[in-house]
Amino acid sequence: MPDLGPHAIFIIGAYIGVGLVTIGLVAVTLGRAAAARRRLALLEARRDRDAKA
Amino acid sequence: MSADTVRPMSWFDKLAHPGQFMIWSRHLLAPLWGLTVLCFAVGLWLAFFHSPDDYQMGATVRIMYVHVPNAWLSQFVYAIMAVSAVGTLVWRHPMADVSMKAAAPLGAAFTAMALFSGSLWGRPTWGTFWEWDGRMTSTLILFFIYLGLIALWAAFDDKLRAAKVVAVLTLVGAINIPIIKFSVDWWNTLHQPASVFRPGGPTMPASILAPLFTMLFAFTFLFLVLHVIAMRTEVTARRIRTLQRRQAAAGTSA
Repeated sequence: MPDLGPHAIFIIGAYIGVGLVTIGLVAVTLGRAAAARRRLALLEARRDRDAKA
Repeated sequence: MSADTVRPMSWFDKLAHPGQFMIWSRHLLAPLWGLTVLCFAVGLWLAFFHSPDDYQMGATVRIMYVHVPNAWLSQFVYAIMAVSAVGTLVWRHPMADVSMKAAAPLGAAFTAMALFSGSLWGRPTWGTFWEWDGRMTSTLILFFIYLGLIALWAAFDDKLRAAKVVAVLTLVGAINIPIIKFSVDWWNTLHQPASVFRPGGPTMPASILAPLFTMLFAFTFLFLVLHVIAMRTEVTARRIRTLQRRQAAAGTSA
């Protein structure tokens, strides 16, 4: 790691802040996608069960 | 119309059909994730181990490698929303409002990151975290426009009506994009004028442009992959609502 000088706290803060928001954005997007897929699978299973009954 | 006269699906029809979109978009995800991870790995390595200090800003030039890509995306995502809004209003393209709705939270997040990193860059460079100048104020307004559009989507039960209203307001809000772009030329500002995309070429050396463009590609690929995933989630959510309505109707009639 190079010497970041007297303003290292600002540089590290910017990277950590952006990193956390980016990770949060990825987690929320993937979480919503997985939840929607699970919900759809549940509803399709119920529809198929009702169709057989 | 007989079966012989049915025309084959054009690329536009394939793009417009949610079922077709779910098929072809699935194949984009792995390559886009791969490019995103690769660009981030190379970009961060270049930013921390190969970037020289700036002769004026010193090591804080490294904040530019996360600030500029997010600032670029805050406007690029809005441009995509504006094009999608035209698709919704002119062609009633079924995937256009899906694209618009999926892009808004991503645009808000990239704008928030641009404001945050810019503020941290401003303190050591200009001596202040915030200044009400043209560039920063118009970017803050862009952030509020994103939040307003997200709230508007949630406020309507009728999603078709929501799409039209949001599309109109997205196009009205697009006036802010050239204001952000040219604010540094029109008004006195702490912000430096355009130094990368300008007539006469960039004013920066290649050793600074290399990490900047690599991080620019990394964040752009990240947006593209998250946008495709969010669009797929919205298509799935619409199928869920349709199934729920059918099952509710079947339950009522039974």
